[in-house]
Amino acid sequence: MATTATEICAPDRRARRGSLLRRRLFDLVGWGSSALALLLLGGAMLWILGVVFLRGLSALSPTILTHVTEGYGGGLLNAIEGTAVLALGGVVLAAVPGLAAGIYLAEFDAGRLAPFIRFLADVLVGVPSIVIGYFGYVTLVVDLGWKFSVAAGSIALAIISLPYICRTTEMALRQVPRALRESAYALGAGDARVVLGICLPTALPGILTGILLAVAISVGETAPLLYTAGWSNYLWTGHLTNEPIGYLTYAIWAFITEPFSSAHALAYAAALLVTLFVLIISILSRTILEGWRRRSPWERPAL
Amino acid sequence: MNFRRFTALLGSVVGATLIVMVAFLGIYAWPAIRFNGWHFLTQNNWNLGNLYANPITIRGQQILPAAHYGILFLIAGTLLSTAIAISLAVPVGVGAAIFLAEGTPPMLRSWVSLFVELLAAIPSVVYGLWGYVVVIPFLSHRVYPWMAKYLGFIPFLGGHAGSGYGLLTCGLVLTLMIVPLITATLRDALVSQGASRREAAVALGASRFETVWTVLLPEVRRVLIGSSILATGRALGETMAVLMISGNAVNYLPHNIYAPISTMASFIVSQLDSALTDPTGMAVRALAEVALALCLISILVNGLARVLLYYQDRHSLGV
Repeated sequence: MATTATEICAPDRRARRGSLLRRRLFDLVGWGSSALALLLLGGAMLWILGVVFLRGLSALSPTILTHVTEGYGGGLLNAIEGTAVLALGGVVLAAVPGLAAGIYLAEFDAGRLAPFIRFLADVLVGVPSIVIGYFGYVTLVVDLGWKFSVAAGSIALAIISLPYICRTTEMALRQVPRALRESAYALGAGDARVVLGICLPTALPGILTGILLAVAISVGETAPLLYTAGWSNYLWTGHLTNEPIGYLTYAIWAFITEPFSSAHALAYAAALLVTLFVLIISILSRTILEGWRRRSPWERPAL
Repeated sequence: MNFRRFTALLGSVVGATLIVMVAFLGIYAWPAIRFNGWHFLTQNNWNLGNLYANPITIRGQQILPAAHYGILFLIAGTLLSTAIAISLAVPVGVGAAIFLAEGTPPMLRSWVSLFVELLAAIPSVVYGLWGYVVVIPFLSHRVYPWMAKYLGFIPFLGGHAGSGYGLLTCGLVLTLMIVPLITATLRDALVSQGASRREAAVALGASRFETVWTVLLPEVRRVLIGSSILATGRALGETMAVLMISGNAVNYLPHNIYAPISTMASFIVSQLDSALTDPTGMAVRALAEVALALCLISILVNGLARVLLYYQDRHSLGV
């Protein structure tokens, strides 16, 4: 029998058995506590979803979807419309600069501005949304005199969406094979034609995913809208400034603290609608993003 | 102008937004910064002053008599709730990531990860609703009295168990909100570790968990640190959930872990209405100073995390 390294180092059998026991125990404790951590998270998720879905479903009714808010009752039609208007407005405003920044970062990586834009975009993701809301309040609502309005709310949401659109666009464009670009350049196409005519259509599903993700984030935001969009019980009449507008997340926050069951029903229904929408979009976009990651694990975005 | 310049110009909007934001908040808050000086950060007296008196002029600024803007209690509330959240989120996040990356079969892995990491997608205000409606009654009736009674010998865990609105509740809810950031990043990093290190460890006789703990985890420590700092940034700036469950204490330093608090982010929301009653406008500017401070802190924290994560990406690419 050959002498193993363990036998030379630890000739005492009892000590070896003790160390083996210790290692077994370490394994057991390790696996046990990591499983517990995962169970904890799964349990919390189930708890949250359970509360939102059970209470939301029992509160939801056709009246809520078809009527506007009246005092502490009525419906959420104004808020549903407002959320759609604000989120779309924000994404429309953010799309062009966000796409341009993404194109610049992906296609002209060597550009002098690229590291700065990438860094600032990554830091902008982490700026608390209330700071963006307060910035919107002091500049747009107060200084420009727009009052609580669609324009101010949309711009606040656009600032939040910008870095997401920029980084997903960059990632989507980086998935486009290099050979495709080279062949286009070889055929004499210029920068604009290669990017807009070849790369952008190829990367379109990914770019749309990013934009969808930005919509989902905008729909779930509250803090940046509180002091830019305000709240209104009425449907939007189409004014961009000087007219406040309602949105679902406000209904959750404001109505749950009221002492009326009709107000609570509105809050639960709003929570269900927002959560459902955000979860569906997140699952969809994540499935697509996950697909890319599997294809090229080294080009992960820092999202 | 060529296409490249065009995209650079348009894309600069993304970067410029941040700079413009800091600059405008700075300009707007400047009178408050001049008036408050360092007392803003070191004193504990947020007081709009006598709203019915005539404004007086101090240090060149028009303010109400007896107005003071000290936010020490906000700094304490923000830092303490974030500290609780991050100290719980790191072990839970690491544990969950290990189990997802090494203990779950690959077929199941993506579904379980999706389920757990969707915690990050749930809007802040829905966490607030959940906390307000079910978590606070549960904690204040069942958990906190028990903790205060049996764990009361540990400093800050004893004393009055409070109403459920407060520091520990915030810390717990914030933990759930930031754990997915750590778990997702760390799980990715663990899964993408090469087979050679695993094989080497197994060949030396290490068990599977020992391989993860002693070989793989040290490899990805920079990712762990980076994602933990990002998570810290998110906890520092969380607004709606904290607003609904923190108790929104003003000028009050928590004496134990159950005491009500306020954070910088939630304070901006809860106080703007009353700040608007100040005819000199100084209170609104002081809130802008809070926003500016919060913005600068988050820039610092996120910048640090990004630098660390960039470095790890290069490092793992072998550049």
